[in-house]
Amino acid sequence: MKKLVIICFIASIAGLITLSFRAEPVKKTNYPALPKDSVGSVKAFMSVYKVLKSSRCMNCHPSGEAPLQGDDNHIHTMNVKRGIDGKGLYSVRCSNCHQTENTAGLHMPPGNPKWGLPPANMRMVFQGRTPRQLALQLLDPKQNGGRNKAQLIDHMANDDLVGWAWHPGVGRTLPPMSRPAFAAQVRLWIAKGAYAPSAKVK
Amino acid sequence: MITITVNGQHHDIDADPNMPLLWVLRDILGLTGTKFGCGAAQCGACTVHLNGEAVRSCVTKINRAAGQNIVTIEGLSAHNNHPVQLAWNEMNVPQCGYCQSGQIMSAAVLLRENPNPSDQDIDDAMSGNICRCGTYQRIRAAIHKAAAMQTEGAKL
Repeated sequence: MKKLVIICFIASIAGLITLSFRAEPVKKTNYPALPKDSVGSVKAFMSVYKVLKSSRCMNCHPSGEAPLQGDDNHIHTMNVKRGIDGKGLYSVRCSNCHQTENTAGLHMPPGNPKWGLPPANMRMVFQGRTPRQLALQLLDPKQNGGRNKAQLIDHMANDDLVGWAWHPGVGRTLPPMSRPAFAAQVRLWIAKGAYAPSAKVK
Repeated sequence: MITITVNGQHHDIDADPNMPLLWVLRDILGLTGTKFGCGAAQCGACTVHLNGEAVRSCVTKINRAAGQNIVTIEGLSAHNNHPVQLAWNEMNVPQCGYCQSGQIMSAAVLLRENPNPSDQDIDDAMSGNICRCGTYQRIRAAIHKAAAMQTEGAKL
């Protein structure tokens, strides 16, 4: 009996040691797999859509070749153009005025190390897109910068330039929800099946 | 100390790293060819070249320029003979002249990247430089002239 107890004790210690050396569990995608739910998915996307159509996001995803400014989305003064790489043209490059951080003061140039528009070969237009068009565009790697769904979530949730929208500097309105709330809606949209709203939804 | 290179010369600057480059150029180094216009990157009067790009020095902090290569209007050419300067002189572009060093620095970047710019290219490059005297027509003509001079010079 005593032997049995000792053997059991040794076995359990060995088991514990073995367990402690197990590899880390494989990292799952950063969104839970929920049952498909087209209504819930579309509802989450409509929250995402409201953020993407807000001025802080849409002003750098214009339908034309010029960035937009202000809450009225007027065309950027100084005839600024996208250029091939999305960083402007000639002597009107974005970083000529926009620094790596917001310049302090009202109406001063906002900034980020990656400041710019999407490049000419991947324009990622938000302006004028209906909810359905924008959802399908976001999900299409040929139109979203080659991102799969996990990368799309990561971009929305963690990208530094996207994050600027929530720290836009004095005098600029914020998107209609916080960044964590926005990221949660993006995850929900995709976890519930990444459905696009019907063409009737505006 | 922040070390910057201006027109090929090294300078050790003892200043707040947040000081605008324009203040350093004008008030510490005495290079007053670059002008203060708006202080908000709206007018282009303070344009200088930072590693060849036409930055607005009024909103560019000195710490961005640390260890970098800056060229001001005083250093654009050795003998005031950059094609843009020659064309500006020939076409009598300036009126009051306040914006012109910024205009010339922007035009120099345009001609470096596009040796034969169209009117549209000139609009795209130069719309960030405002001239209160309205010398825009002469600026446009001088850029075309400088492009031609540059091409001629390249052929020689």
